[in-house]
Amino acid sequence: MEQAKNIGIRENVISNLGVNPQDAKISLTYFTISFATLLIGGLLGLIQGLERAGLYSLPAGFNYYQVLSAHGLLLLVVFTATFTIGYQLANLSHSFNGLLPKVRKMIWIGIVLKVIGVVLAVTMIVLGEASVLYTFYPPLAAHPIFYIGLVLLVLGIWSVAFGVFINYRHWRKENPGKPTPILAFFAMGVFVLWFFASLGVTIEVFMIIPWVLGWVETINVMVTRTLFWWFGHTLVNIWYLVATSAWYIIVPKIVGGKHFNEKLIRLVVILLVVLNIPGGFHHQIIDPAISISIKFLHVFMSLSIAVPSLMTAFAMFYVLEKAGRKKGGKGLFGWFKKLPWGDVRFLAPMIAMIAFIPGGAGGIVNTSNQMNQVIHNTMWVVGHFHVTVGVSVVLTFFGICYWLIPHLSKRQLTPKMNKIGVIQTWIWTIGMTIMAGSMHLAGLVGDPRRTSDTTYAGHETALSWLPYEYVFATGATLLLIGVIIQVYAVFNMMFFAPKGKTEYPVSEPEDDQPKVPMWTERWGLWAIVLLAVVAMAYVIPIVDMIVNAPPGSPPIKTW
Amino acid sequence: MSKLEEIWMTVSVGVLVIFMVIVGYQTYALGMGPPSHKETIDPQKVEQTAPFDNPGLIDLGDNKYELVMTLEAFAFNPGNVEVPVGAEVEFTMTSKDVSHGVQIPGTNVNAMVLPGHIQKITHTFDEPGEYLILCNEYCGTGHQAMFTTITVK
Ligand SMILES: [Cu+2]
Repeated sequence: MEQAKNIGIRENVISNLGVNPQDAKISLTYFTISFATLLIGGLLGLIQGLERAGLYSLPAGFNYYQVLSAHGLLLLVVFTATFTIGYQLANLSHSFNGLLPKVRKMIWIGIVLKVIGVVLAVTMIVLGEASVLYTFYPPLAAHPIFYIGLVLLVLGIWSVAFGVFINYRHWRKENPGKPTPILAFFAMGVFVLWFFASLGVTIEVFMIIPWVLGWVETINVMVTRTLFWWFGHTLVNIWYLVATSAWYIIVPKIVGGKHFNEKLIRLVVILLVVLNIPGGFHHQIIDPAISISIKFLHVFMSLSIAVPSLMTAFAMFYVLEKAGRKKGGKGLFGWFKKLPWGDVRFLAPMIAMIAFIPGGAGGIVNTSNQMNQVIHNTMWVVGHFHVTVGVSVVLTFFGICYWLIPHLSKRQLTPKMNKIGVIQTWIWTIGMTIMAGSMHLAGLVGDPRRTSDTTYAGHETALSWLPYEYVFATGATLLLIGVIIQVYAVFNMMFFAPKGKTEYPVSEPEDDQPKVPMWTERWGLWAIVLLAVVAMAYVIPIVDMIVNAPPGSPPIKTW
Repeated sequence: MSKLEEIWMTVSVGVLVIFMVIVGYQTYALGMGPPSHKETIDPQKVEQTAPFDNPGLIDLGDNKYELVMTLEAFAFNPGNVEVPVGAEVEFTMTSKDVSHGVQIPGTNVNAMVLPGHIQKITHTFDEPGEYLILCNEYCGTGHQAMFTTITVK
């Protein structure tokens, strides 16, 4: 009860103050970068789809792998990261009644570092000096400036992360004995996970830079791969954690309900943060130099993430059913029809949540030893992450735009814009279903990923993949239309929509909820647990890879 | 936590445990674990190191073969190998340069082949035909041209 009252008071204070203009500027800057990147990255995605199906050829001087490197880096790293930061900082500012001035400064420094970093890395890709894809596996060696760009990108993210930690500590000190608002708790989880995830790739890049500069002759290939996936897979789960913050806290308000038991929500956040990093190992299930027993342990460690995910599924169905019944939905599925399907703020994250069911099931396939062997490095994997990132995460992000951007720009979500959003959501859903669905099927019959042309001199097995590739191209075309509509909607709501006030839809707890347990706030402890889990997963294999290492590999440029 | 929540959590964890038992049974009892060979080699001296100094198909008798293969941008050596129907072939592979992946669509042959490491995977070819062997890890501009065949007759 007391908790509910506290939140009630806080809500009032916030609606009196409204949006903090300095913080709104930060978030809107991030969204501008984010959606400009989406437009470029999406266009590069369609070019790939057409090239692969043999329907288009790139102009002389450019090749498929260059386009793929840029598409991967721009969408998987830049678009998602900048959206995440813009959204999480808005949540933090809303929860804390504005950010601290020195934190704002750190965030602006972060923006500058990141932009310089991305420009350096992408320039090297465009110049043909870094066609090394998102994974940049050594001994493929790009231009040193590419890696320096990555370092600046990571430093930019750290600058924001430390800002968030400082602001969190400050609020906790100012409000002794009070639990942090739940959205701020999510933001803490996101940045703690992000910081520890990026440690792996940071160590990797600091191994690579002296090697590409010629200061050391060779590099340990297995260690760099392992450090990459420490980061590379966790990154995807950071976006997923960001999406769940909207599922748990924003969606219930939009459907006219209340959020789930806060103790469980906090427990899910903590589990997603501490269990996540070892999941990266399932990318190495068919690698040499890792024993079968270690791989078996990692099947378990990767799958453990299914537990908080299933808890989320339970909580969301509970909340939605309750809201639907309150509106008069009867029978087993009557509540389902009562949900606000015509409201883009609900429709987009709802489809995102539904997509997580096949997405999660596909993830279990990828994680398990024998099944992984069937689909490893095939189009199945590409289909899988277009369902998880491309739908579960991205549609949630799109849905957030329709209330957060007008809120920050002090404008309105008009019924017309809502309708555009609904149409966009369906185009996206259909496009992804067609593209990702056919990618899964093509992968099962062996179509490899990351390959510009899969005709293999007309071998009959290879020719059987072509029909699927035409279907990918059709899906990719719809998706580019979706991107264009979304980018239009974002900039329209940012600069041209009618002035007004838009609600920040934060749901409240139900009335009879117990007090939020304060032990959930012990982030120092969660960081130690995270490190212990990482140590359990990584110490034995990495020591083995170093002690039993072969002579290393020199830098090689094969493009 | 409510009763329903407890049931849901128990079922979730139960499914996870059953899943692990199945994967464990396949891995350890049926010997279906993923390719995980642990031998190493100097990636800059592959051509001077046995058995890769003389790559090719070795007849082990009993319709069993070892195929010693080197991978490099953008070729498999040797290529276009022929084996009889029912042959059990153990692929012994390493890379002379960057990371590659070997995949034979329509079979469970799928393994990473990394410089400095020797990788092994075994497959029995029960059906006749011309199988495609392709590289499924990006290795450079000619990656799409890195393939060969194995003919079973
Ligand atoms: Cu290759």
